[in-house]
Amino acid sequence: MMFKKWLSILFTCLVFVSSARAQLVIEITSGADQLLPIAVVPFGYAGMDALPEDVAQIVEDDLARSGLFQPVPRANMLSMPTREADVFYRDWRLLKSDYVVIGTVQKLPNNQYRVGFELLNVLSQKPVERHNSIDVSARNLRDAAHYISDKVYELLTGSKGAFSTRILYVTAEGDRKSPLFKLQVADADGHRPQVIVESKEPILSPSWSMDGRNIAYVMFRNRRPNIFTQELATGRRQQIAQFRGLNGAPSWSPDGKKLALVLSKDENPEIYTLDIATQKLERMTNHYAIDTEPSWEPDGKGIIFTSDRGGNPQIYRLDVNSKRVERVTFEGELNTRARMTPDGRYLVTVQKNDGNYHIALQDMKTGRVQTLTETYLDESPSIAPNGSMVMYATTYQGKGILAVVSVDGLVKYRIPSAEGDVREPSWSPYFK
Amino acid sequence: MSVNKLGKFAVIGLSAAWIAGCSTTATDTDSSTVAEDANSAANTDSAYGAGQDNATTSVIVEDKDTGMDSLAGVETVFYFDFDKSIVRPESREALAKHAAYLVSNPDARVVLEGHADERGTREYNMALGERRAKAISRYLTIQGVAASQIETVSFGEEVPVAFGHDSNAWQLNRRVEVRYE
Repeated sequence: MMFKKWLSILFTCLVFVSSARAQLVIEITSGADQLLPIAVVPFGYAGMDALPEDVAQIVEDDLARSGLFQPVPRANMLSMPTREADVFYRDWRLLKSDYVVIGTVQKLPNNQYRVGFELLNVLSQKPVERHNSIDVSARNLRDAAHYISDKVYELLTGSKGAFSTRILYVTAEGDRKSPLFKLQVADADGHRPQVIVESKEPILSPSWSMDGRNIAYVMFRNRRPNIFTQELATGRRQQIAQFRGLNGAPSWSPDGKKLALVLSKDENPEIYTLDIATQKLERMTNHYAIDTEPSWEPDGKGIIFTSDRGGNPQIYRLDVNSKRVERVTFEGELNTRARMTPDGRYLVTVQKNDGNYHIALQDMKTGRVQTLTETYLDESPSIAPNGSMVMYATTYQGKGILAVVSVDGLVKYRIPSAEGDVREPSWSPYFK
Repeated sequence: MSVNKLGKFAVIGLSAAWIAGCSTTATDTDSSTVAEDANSAANTDSAYGAGQDNATTSVIVEDKDTGMDSLAGVETVFYFDFDKSIVRPESREALAKHAAYLVSNPDARVVLEGHADERGTREYNMALGERRAKAISRYLTIQGVAASQIETVSFGEEVPVAFGHDSNAWQLNRRVEVRYE
């Protein structure tokens, strides 16, 4: 496919110019010609009442945010067809749009909607994806839009889209001396936020179970940290650790059976695993240094974690069976809070260099390290389930905000915050 | 608020709201078993069980109101260098007074609350705050305070007292607060 070829050319270029990072950034800000042009035509709707969501606009925004597409502005469109029979491919060739997404929204009984769509190839003048439809309730029209974005992304890039995923994050609102902490869940684009729990005491380290149904987080109670798990659909919550000292950094194993966590009940911070069914606690590290921020490797065989056993904090790997520990990061003054991409290829860390904290990417095959961000006080990286993007927390104009950078470092965007400081993003897995 | 002024206060946590709201778990001391949080499960009216937590509020009270006369005016906040957990020489005099009070009042209990500045990752800062609290704890036990009188807790970077993004704010936030329970 044309686009795949284009992608491979782009990525080949990236490998060769990786040392000249400043140039790459300039290239992306002016490099719109490298993006795949696509037109998402406003969807047809015959209903009398206004639709609660502009589905085509959501699809367009999703595709633009991925950094791989250049949507054709609506104002430039010469026609707005809603069926393939009405499409004049010539119109879209004139606009240099390689692909066109068209669709309709149809009202069904019981406040349901049927959203139909087609993806058309302008050059071959044929559908890439024949008419396809999804039925949703009025308040789930955004889900239909993200579903379409995922379909388009997968058909044109060959990799799975992550538009239907969600994010967890923590906000601190109100008076800074006595803020209200809220753990929230929202769509990956920041829309439809819902408060999961709120407290006058700090909340941190939210993480998802691999099926996306449960979460774990740290919340202070009576001025002490506790670890909770919570089922999202029911709000049912369990307090799973309230030992003396630290109770922190819960991380779900890929098989969903265990949580890795940090306890200091035996003097200093150590990594433990907790078997959720049996409640059996197993100590995994044994060192007088700080061992913290555990995160499972995608295959569940190893846990990566932060330790300052070598003097400065760096990332280490713990073999779950043998409990053998080996150091993983060597570049940078320090590396903390590592996360691994789902394919196991890259390690994302918070790296300190010259007093600045940035998100860095280490290639686990070649060992090559690349700094992905140049914002201020970057932390809490969390990787999209398709491995394409890293969401992280940073400081912008004195406020904590969330930002996203693509794993290749080219695409960057901020998620605007409604109120207060936003922090601790955690990107969901795919929902099954 | 200046450093000196901070030192004249003790921070008292009013946790009555918590205990009243969440008696099931707040009084549960067997931490190795699963404590079902009946409160949130029973009262959920939103999809995610939001808003069930009546949380604690921190109130600053002057020392004289707490009835510990021998500690009146003694500093309760101790500061640390960046990425360090070494008790500074200027902290020793005040810490010696706390130690003397605890030794002569064996029933007194103290919580050492460690804090970090905003730089670095949150869970690592939790560990760093604990390390600082433990440094103060060791200083007190060396002076004869029983370990059973001391509890160390870390808030990491979650509860700053200064909100700038500069070295002054960071210095004020790298601290251990001494709180009597």
